[in-house]
Amino acid sequence: MADAQLSPRNIPDRLQGRGARLLKSWEALLVIVAMAIFLGNSLASPYFLDPWNLSDATFNFTEKAMIAFAMALVIISGEIDLSVASIIALASTAMGYAVQLGFDTPALVAVGLGVGLLCGAVNGLLITGLGLPSIVVTIGTMSLFRGLAFIVLGDQAFTGYPSSFSWFGQGYVWWVFSFEFTLFLLLAVIYGVLLHKTNFGRAVYAIGNNQTAALFSGVRVGRVKFILFLMTGLMAGLASVCLTSRLGSTRPSIALGWELEVVTMVVLGGVSILGGSGTIPGVVLAALIMGMVTFGFGLLNVPGIVMSIFIGLLLISVIALPILWQHARRHFAH
Amino acid sequence: MTAKLLKNREALLVVAIAVLVALIALRFPAFVAPGNLARVYNDTSILIILALGQMAVILTRCIDLSMAANLALCGMVAAMLNTAFPGLPIPLVIVTAMALGALLGMINGTLVWKLDIPPIVVTLGTLTIYRGLIFLLTNGKWINAHEMSVAFKALPRLDIAGAPVLSWLSLAMIALMFVVMSRTALGRAFHAVGGNPHAAVYTGIDVGRTRFFAYCLSGALAGLSGYLWVSRYAVAYVDIAAGFELDIIAACVIGGISIAGGIGSVAGAVLGALLLGVIKNALPVINISPFAQMAISGTVIIIAVAVNARAERRKGRVILRKAEAV
Repeated sequence: MADAQLSPRNIPDRLQGRGARLLKSWEALLVIVAMAIFLGNSLASPYFLDPWNLSDATFNFTEKAMIAFAMALVIISGEIDLSVASIIALASTAMGYAVQLGFDTPALVAVGLGVGLLCGAVNGLLITGLGLPSIVVTIGTMSLFRGLAFIVLGDQAFTGYPSSFSWFGQGYVWWVFSFEFTLFLLLAVIYGVLLHKTNFGRAVYAIGNNQTAALFSGVRVGRVKFILFLMTGLMAGLASVCLTSRLGSTRPSIALGWELEVVTMVVLGGVSILGGSGTIPGVVLAALIMGMVTFGFGLLNVPGIVMSIFIGLLLISVIALPILWQHARRHFAH
Repeated sequence: MTAKLLKNREALLVVAIAVLVALIALRFPAFVAPGNLARVYNDTSILIILALGQMAVILTRCIDLSMAANLALCGMVAAMLNTAFPGLPIPLVIVTAMALGALLGMINGTLVWKLDIPPIVVTLGTLTIYRGLIFLLTNGKWINAHEMSVAFKALPRLDIAGAPVLSWLSLAMIALMFVVMSRTALGRAFHAVGGNPHAAVYTGIDVGRTRFFAYCLSGALAGLSGYLWVSRYAVAYVDIAAGFELDIIAACVIGGISIAGGIGSVAGAVLGALLLGVIKNALPVINISPFAQMAISGTVIIIAVAVNARAERRKGRVILRKAEAV
């Protein structure tokens, strides 16, 4: 949904220095917001500053953040994937089915990741192979994937996961660092390097800024996009393994509405929904902010739906405030 | 002739719906009885009204993900008004619901117009805010059938000339939108803004303001649907119509309204909604589990968008062959 830029583009006389750029960056704003929320939380509740409580808090966002990393790349390339939550449901259903067939933990993980990859490949083929708009395709596959889970499960649930399987969602690697949180940190580094330090990352930015120009400079646009959807599917499969392991059961309504939360996380992280710009550190900060808000409000017994109002307001105001600020500055400059 | 007919999306949809109905009728003749078809239409009425609003928004290259949340909030307010003042005339309740819906639409529209925030981000945010507001209003309590007045629940079912008011209302909205889209400057502007924003500016159309009006329209229709939904199902709570925003968009996509803006018609939106309605109503008849409905709509959306994309590609004259060769 790339929109036309109707106002003339201002080109500054000189570029800002590195330090000044860093200070004015989106990430700096996010760090301030994160610190404010951290401070507010520790003042509001005496239970907030406890390592084990904080460790518990990370479960609020780690699974969503795994998908958010891959989603960030997809959105930077100018596409979107709304089917991620449904992929979680289908992968979880497949794992539950595999349990009934007597599969053990390693096989279950393989099934979860495999179904995720397969779903990503379906999205990728429809979008790059047939050249269809990703927002519509993934609204379709969102219905399709969760619909398949509903056909298999109906109003039933799969349980009976082997005890060794629970480690992915409940286990700890070292001290308060859970497997999920460790995985989150590891993936943050991997995606950070992939996006900011490799040719592939440059290609993603290039496609998001100008797909035709990217094609002319030799970027294999179709292949890059296909890989991006494959990665998103894989991450959704991974999130499904963690979530299923943490909950210990599968219902077809598992992770309902997560696609919107993941997109919110990515956009809050400063990734332009129009494509072409955004950073992984921004997404990491957004994940931490959303996790801390949810956890802090939880400690204060604020109901979940009120938290979602706050997240919605945060999403709009964090984007609106810089624009309002620019308007105001232009107003006073004249 | 046939080739031309095949390229016409609306005709293709009519054929698809007819084939579907005929296939069902082969096994279950009762499905095509006029009374039953009227019931199917009545059951789809709310989706049709919502799809008409979404169509206007999508035509201007925007999207409204907050429609279902808007519907739920307006429906809840209508129900609360009714329980607090049972004597209040129902038309007044409906007008209030529509006004509130339009106001919520205006909030979306203002954010898109004045602050230039991408529509998908705005409505993603207001989607959660509007639904959250219902919780703040009610503390999560339900308003059940026995708390609503008889007149409040009866209006959509009221029989006029053989059809319920709900069906008549949706027909009226179709007629209204048809006039707006084909006979007013605003309708032209919706198409122009989505087709080519730059050209629209040069023809003197205010792109932002046109989008603002599209959101007002979708909001008002969501408000109306809010009353209809709550009175029809005789219950109001936080989660009514949760996830319905995607059904609305699906109806539009199936109806051939291009998500890239500028292409689409009232007939397309109505037919898209009807196709989904026929599928939904046919499943229990042909003994397919209602759980299969979601997967089937998903498949229909994908097929529809693939077919539409092919039709769109063929459309339009190539003026600069070299540039098009990309």
